[in-house]
Amino acid sequence: MTKIDTSRPESVLPTPSHTVGPFYGHALPFRGGEDIAPAGHPDTVTVHGYVLDGEGKPLPDALIELWGPDPDGKVATADGSMRRDPASGGFLGRNGVEFTGWGRIQTDANGHWYARTLRPGARGRNAPYLSVCVFARGLLVHLYTRIYLPGDTEALAADPLLSRLEEERRDTLIAAAEDSGTYRFDIRLQGEGETVFLEFR
Amino acid sequence: MTLTQHDIDQEIAAGRAAYEKRLADGGPVEHQPRRDYAPYRSSVLRHPKQPPVTIDVSQDPELVELSSPAFGERDITEIDNDLTRQHHGEPIGERITVSGRLLDRDGRPVRGQLVEIWQANSAGRYAHQREQHDAPLDPNFTGVGRTLTDDDGRYHFTTVQPGPYPWRQHVNAWRPAHIHFSLFGTAFTQRLVTQMYFPSDPLFPYDPIIQSVTDDAARQRLVATYDHSLSVPEFSMGYHWDIVLDGPQATWIEEGR
Ligand SMILES: [Fe+3]
Repeated sequence: MTKIDTSRPESVLPTPSHTVGPFYGHALPFRGGEDIAPAGHPDTVTVHGYVLDGEGKPLPDALIELWGPDPDGKVATADGSMRRDPASGGFLGRNGVEFTGWGRIQTDANGHWYARTLRPGARGRNAPYLSVCVFARGLLVHLYTRIYLPGDTEALAADPLLSRLEEERRDTLIAAAEDSGTYRFDIRLQGEGETVFLEFR
Repeated sequence: MTLTQHDIDQEIAAGRAAYEKRLADGGPVEHQPRRDYAPYRSSVLRHPKQPPVTIDVSQDPELVELSSPAFGERDITEIDNDLTRQHHGEPIGERITVSGRLLDRDGRPVRGQLVEIWQANSAGRYAHQREQHDAPLDPNFTGVGRTLTDDDGRYHFTTVQPGPYPWRQHVNAWRPAHIHFSLFGTAFTQRLVTQMYFPSDPLFPYDPIIQSVTDDAARQRLVATYDHSLSVPEFSMGYHWDIVLDGPQATWIEEGR
């Protein structure tokens, strides 16, 4: 039954997940999906990397969503990530002023993705991180992971998630610093160096 | 070696038998597909082998994942939920209306959140460059829609009935007609991408993607119900499909946003 009777809690059961499939490219990505930081913001960071399968081959059809707080650790409440043009029905993109905290990026033909966003601030006992949701053809249920930025060793050591992981696995969640403000973060879906994926309960 | 439907049928049956055994041994009802479901070959190299690391959200109200991006009137246009009005002409095919409610695990409506859909045209062809299926494109149909849920959690789309399509995983592999859905909840932990199917599709038993949901009741929740009250006289056939988001959320948040 697909009419849910909310007066019977036992009938409110989750809708199963399915793969995003190969043909979402004309539907989900939008112009400026990767440009999350307001234009010219001094706290802008670039994160980029590859999504790789169990044979180390890059995925040309993965979709990444990022969700992170602003540099003060505040979660964004502004909408307008995918502003539309009422006249043409096309995309206007973000307004370059408001920070929505959310972005969506399709990997390119080389399996590479990048995003420019604001450096996330710490929240509570957590070291600063960006939350990541990975979708792909072949992936029946999306995967959650996190991008922690290197630098503040003390904060990383005290992080409730990172401190639970053995070193080798923990390192899969910490991006590598490149040029100033640029960080590399590869996502390995399977095999050697497999990224730590998360389940929330 | 050529992969046949018979090979896939046997693997699907083995997957069901394995699930029934897990149930008989006292295992939990599995509402979600397993990521390593071999009858769907693309999953083989794309699923993690390590178990996921569990985070108990009740221990930490500061988790970024307990909030969710916001969407508003700026993120949609007025006709985004009518896929038959996005071009100068009318698309070919049987017009349908698809409507339902977006709910959380407590049965509460998820309000003001973004619902995105995409689908093949009535001939079973996507308006996507990489799509190779030799069926006609429809110049009047892109097959992409968006809307925001209302105060009751309700969404509403007008579109055309999508056609089934071949997908070459094995000889004579056909996807049952479906509409892809992408959904956000009040927490990022509730994110969902899935597919809605149509009642009594004869292709269900052959399709490893719908069969990846091995629990019969869970699989039924992917199938819309024909709803005569949603059919519009002289215009369209109506289908009802409610969606329940899995995943925990912040317990201290008041109902809604
Ligand atoms: Fe499809």
